[in-house]
Amino acid sequence: MRYIYYPGCSLKGTGRAYEESVLAVFRALELQFEELDDWNCCGATAYMAIDELQAFTLAARNLALAEKQFADEEEVNIIAPCSACYLVLMKAQHYIEEYTEIGDQIRSALKECHMEYEGRIRIRHPLDVFVNDIGLEKIKSLVRKPLDGLRVASYYGCQMVRPYKVFDHHYSPTTMDDLMRALGAKAVDWSLKTRCCGGSLTGTIEQVGMRLSFILLNEAQKRGANVIATSCPLCQFNLECYQGSMNRKFNGSVDLPAAYFTQLMGMAYGISNRELGLQRLFVPMTSQFSKKEGYQHVGV
Amino acid sequence: MEDSKGLWKIKYESDLFPEFGREIAASPGGENIFSCIQCGTCSGFCPLSLYMDYTPRRIIAMTRAGFKEEVLSSSMIWMCASCYGCTVECPKEIKITDVMYALKQRAIKEGVYPRRFLVPILAHSFFKSVWKHGRNTESHLIVSMYMKSNPFKMLTQSLLGMKLWLKGRMGIMTDSIRDKKSLQSLLQAVKKIQNGKAH
Repeated sequence: MRYIYYPGCSLKGTGRAYEESVLAVFRALELQFEELDDWNCCGATAYMAIDELQAFTLAARNLALAEKQFADEEEVNIIAPCSACYLVLMKAQHYIEEYTEIGDQIRSALKECHMEYEGRIRIRHPLDVFVNDIGLEKIKSLVRKPLDGLRVASYYGCQMVRPYKVFDHHYSPTTMDDLMRALGAKAVDWSLKTRCCGGSLTGTIEQVGMRLSFILLNEAQKRGANVIATSCPLCQFNLECYQGSMNRKFNGSVDLPAAYFTQLMGMAYGISNRELGLQRLFVPMTSQFSKKEGYQHVGV
Repeated sequence: MEDSKGLWKIKYESDLFPEFGREIAASPGGENIFSCIQCGTCSGFCPLSLYMDYTPRRIIAMTRAGFKEEVLSSSMIWMCASCYGCTVECPKEIKITDVMYALKQRAIKEGVYPRRFLVPILAHSFFKSVWKHGRNTESHLIVSMYMKSNPFKMLTQSLLGMKLWLKGRMGIMTDSIRDKKSLQSLLQAVKKIQNGKAH
């Protein structure tokens, strides 16, 4: 099966390590993909606060472009690694179908610009593709350096599992935990897997946003996690980049690396640290691994 | 709503905007607000409700009762981080997160949001950047947000920006799409259609 890869703005900026590791894992799994040509902003949450119809139109342009790029496919699978892009593209699809007025307005605007959206699109998260299309068997067979005993707290974030239930549970998803086990890691059992990380509030209403991330980190640490695995650039940023300020503000002692789940996959596959963007992390993975005996191949 | 004397302010029916609830209910996603049973499940699930001036349950009650001024100027609607927990749990299937979007849009349209809040300023910067370039460049977005709100704040954030830049996570070049003309004419077209329907 062929896929269209939709990076989104964050994966070209603060989430660069996510793009690097996603693509490295795609190559290791021999996944066939093409980047969506001339993709634009998905219409994210900030745009939606100003004008919903325009936000959906932005998403619809991407959908129309993808259909054009894979004109001969019956179903076009778009992989969107950023949870916000994933949700916004999917939400636009749902609203175009559910609300005929929105659908008509967007379709006629596209037509005016000589574009068309037929509805052949299926939006996918890489986690869904890995576990449900490729399968844990194959994922396991490629492991060369198992993450022996590394305690991973899988953090799914909100928009990947809510409001639409596509491949996992709204509150206690298990897909990523299964994936981590297949890589040889220990999945930490915790209940905050999908609790909000604060989203963009860490930049706008700092006190509140940071507190939400602090709660997550503290809980994961208390449960004995060595690392938090994330699947969204904004979650990763929130969990990682403010640890110093959090500790000062809330008198805490959090010190936990937050890596993309694809980086952990790549490590188990023996892909080099540089290819996975591990040097871009603020809280290095080394500190956690040096505590573990017999795990020397990680040196960032 | 306490006044300066610590007394509860009385709102008479004639002070309310009875059409406000119906208008919000007419926006996409808002259709079920009149079937809300005020059970409070949304407020219980909301990870932010304890920081809010009104909880989601109260906002829905106030919206349909016509407390337009209080709802639109509350900090609550800007604090919603769109985690969709309430939407999934609501027993009456109210798309609460989408109701919040409808309220945000209305507050921006009427210009009544709390001034010290950065969220609407961020939203505006985002909107402009995407309209112009088709994508947003995170570094530009943050600089323009602070320039418009509190330039001093930028100094405290510049260290983080520096660290990001050193790690190669912050581009300085503007990211943009090739076919900007077609995107702008598409957005213009949908705007025209939307305005045509409204008048």
